[in-house]
Amino acid sequence: MRLRRNVHEVDAIAVPAGGLARRWRLGEKFIEGWIYLAGGLAIVVLLGIIVLLVKEGVPIFFDTPPWEFFFGTKWYPVSEPPTFGIMPFFVATLWVTIVATAISVPIGVACAAYLSEVAPDKVRETVKPVIELLAGFPSVVMGFIGLMLLSPLVQSAFNLNTGLSGLTAGIMLAFMSLPIIISVSEDALRAVPDEFRQASFALGATKWETIWHVCIPAALSGITAAVMLGVGRAIGETMTVLMVAGGALAVPVSPTEPMMPMTAAIASGIGNAVRGGLQYQALFAIGLILFVLTLSVNLVADRVLERQKRKFQR
Amino acid sequence: MYIKKSIKWFIFPLLVLIAVATFISGCGDTTPAPANGTELSGSIRIIGSNTLTPLSTVWAEEFMKIHPKVSIGVSGPGSGAGIAALINGTTDVCQASRMIKQKEIDEAKSNGVEPYEIQVATDALSVVVNPANPVSELTIVQLSAIYTGKITNWREVGGNDATIVVISRDTNSGTHVFFKEHVVQMKGLASEDKSLEYGPKVLFLPSTEEGVSETTRNPNAIFYPGLGYVTDEVKPLAIKKTWDDAGVLPSVATALDGTYPIARPLLYYTNGTPGGFIKTFIDYCLSAEGQAEVTEVGYVPLNS
Repeated sequence: MRLRRNVHEVDAIAVPAGGLARRWRLGEKFIEGWIYLAGGLAIVVLLGIIVLLVKEGVPIFFDTPPWEFFFGTKWYPVSEPPTFGIMPFFVATLWVTIVATAISVPIGVACAAYLSEVAPDKVRETVKPVIELLAGFPSVVMGFIGLMLLSPLVQSAFNLNTGLSGLTAGIMLAFMSLPIIISVSEDALRAVPDEFRQASFALGATKWETIWHVCIPAALSGITAAVMLGVGRAIGETMTVLMVAGGALAVPVSPTEPMMPMTAAIASGIGNAVRGGLQYQALFAIGLILFVLTLSVNLVADRVLERQKRKFQR
Repeated sequence: MYIKKSIKWFIFPLLVLIAVATFISGCGDTTPAPANGTELSGSIRIIGSNTLTPLSTVWAEEFMKIHPKVSIGVSGPGSGAGIAALINGTTDVCQASRMIKQKEIDEAKSNGVEPYEIQVATDALSVVVNPANPVSELTIVQLSAIYTGKITNWREVGGNDATIVVISRDTNSGTHVFFKEHVVQMKGLASEDKSLEYGPKVLFLPSTEEGVSETTRNPNAIFYPGLGYVTDEVKPLAIKKTWDDAGVLPSVATALDGTYPIARPLLYYTNGTPGGFIKTFIDYCLSAEGQAEVTEVGYVPLNS
C-alpha cells in the first residue's frame, strides 16, 4: 500500500499496477488493428474503383476503335446506331481549364504574396480563414450564381448570343480553385527563410523587388504545386460546368461558345445509360480518361511539393 | 497513462455512436406493410420525366395528405433515366414523357421487369421564344431546320437579323427524344427523314427550368418545354403542320381536339400491373379529383 502511494506521489504518469497495464496494452492492440483495418479498407476501395473503371470502360473500345473514340467529333448516344466521339468534350475541358487557370493563377499568386509578404499579421489571420471558407461553397451554389448573375454579365460584356459558355464556366471555376491556390502558395511563400529577405533588403532591394526576384522564385515549386492542385480541381468540377457551360456538342473553337466538358457529359448521360450498355461503357471510358488526367496532375503537384520541402530542409 | 485515459473517453462515445447509428439505420429499413384496414403505409419512388415532375409532385402531396403514412418521393432527371431506373429495379413508378422503346422493353424483360403502361395525362409540347421576338409561328419543317442547324438566323424565318440560340434538353429527357422524332425527323410528314439529328450548335441543358429561364433572359433563344412550364415571361409559338395549315397555339383545348400537331401522352410505367398502395395512388391520379390537378398544373386531363 505504502509503496504504491509513493509511486503515485513521485510520478503520476507511471503505470501503477501490472493488471491495468496489461489491459491497456490489449486496448492498444485493438486500436492498432482498427487503424490498420481502416487504412487497408481505404486502399481496397480505391483499387476497387480503378478496377471497376477499367472493367466497365475498356469494352467500348471493342465497339468503337480508340482512334474514333478519341478523335471522333460526333456524340449521338441515343441514336440508332449510336456514335461515340469525345473530341468535343475533351476540347471543352481544355478550354474551361485554360480560362480558369489564366484567371485564377495571377490573382491567386498575387493574393498569396500580399498575405505572406505585405499584409500585417492581423489582416492575414482574418483573411486567410475567410478565403479557405470559400473552398467550402457547394458547387451547385456556384453554378447557381454563375447561371443567375454571371451569365447575363458575360453575355452583354462580350456581346455573345448566349451567356452560357465555356468562358462563364471558366470564370466560376477560377473562383472555386482560388482558395486552394492562395492557401498553398501562401504556405510556400512563408516557408521561404527570412534570411533570404534580409539579404535582399541588405543589398538595397525594395519590397517589390524582394517579392518578385527573391520570394516568388524561391517558392516557385510550391506555387507550381498550388497551381496544379487548382487545375486538378477545375478539370474535375462537374455541377458548375453542367449548369453554366451551355452543353453544345460542337468542337468549340473559342471559349466564348457553349460547350460540354467531360464531367458534364458524364453527369448528363449516366442517368439514362442502362448498366452494361454501350453508352454506359462509353461514359465509363470518359471517366477513366478524366481519372488519368487528374491523377497525373495531382502526381506532378505532389512531386513538386516534395521538392519544395526538401529545398529548405537543412 | 493520462494520454491513454483520454483515448478511452474518446473511444467509448464513438462505440456508442456506432451502435446508435446501426440501430437507427436498422429502423429505417421499412418493408411496405400490407394495407391494414383503411390505413395505408409505405413508400413509393417515382423517377423519370422532368416534364411530369410538377404534376407528380402535386399528386404525391395531395395523396400524402389523405394517407399520411405513405411517403412518396418524386425526382425528375428525365424519362430515359426513369426507364433505366425501372429496368435496373431502382424505382417503383417510372414517369415518362415518351413511349418506352422496343429495345428498352427487351432489356427490361431480360432483367425480369415487365413494363406496364398507364397514360396519366396529355401534354401539348410547346415551342417558346422570348416575348421580344417578332416571330409568332413556325412550320414543323422550319423547326426541324432550326434544330438541325440548317437555319441559323431569325431573319430566315421572318424575324430580326440575329443568330438563333437553339436550346434543347439533354439525352436523359423524354422530351428530347419525342421532339427529335416528331419535329427534327418530322415523323408523319412527307419530308420525314430518320437520319436527322440535333445540330452541333444546340445547347443541351440539364433541366426544363433552366431552358425556360434562359429563354426569358435571351431575346434570341428558342426552346421546347411542356405546357406546364410555359409562363408569362415566354411566348409560345403557333405551330403549322405544313405551309397551308393554319398555325395552332398550344393549349388544353387544341390538344384535346387534336388540332395541335405535337401533343403527346404523359405516361407512368410500373413493373407489372400495379398492386397495393401503388394501385391506390395511380387510381387517385386517374380519378376526377386527380385529373382536376392536371389542369391546375397546366397539362391536359384525360377524356374530359
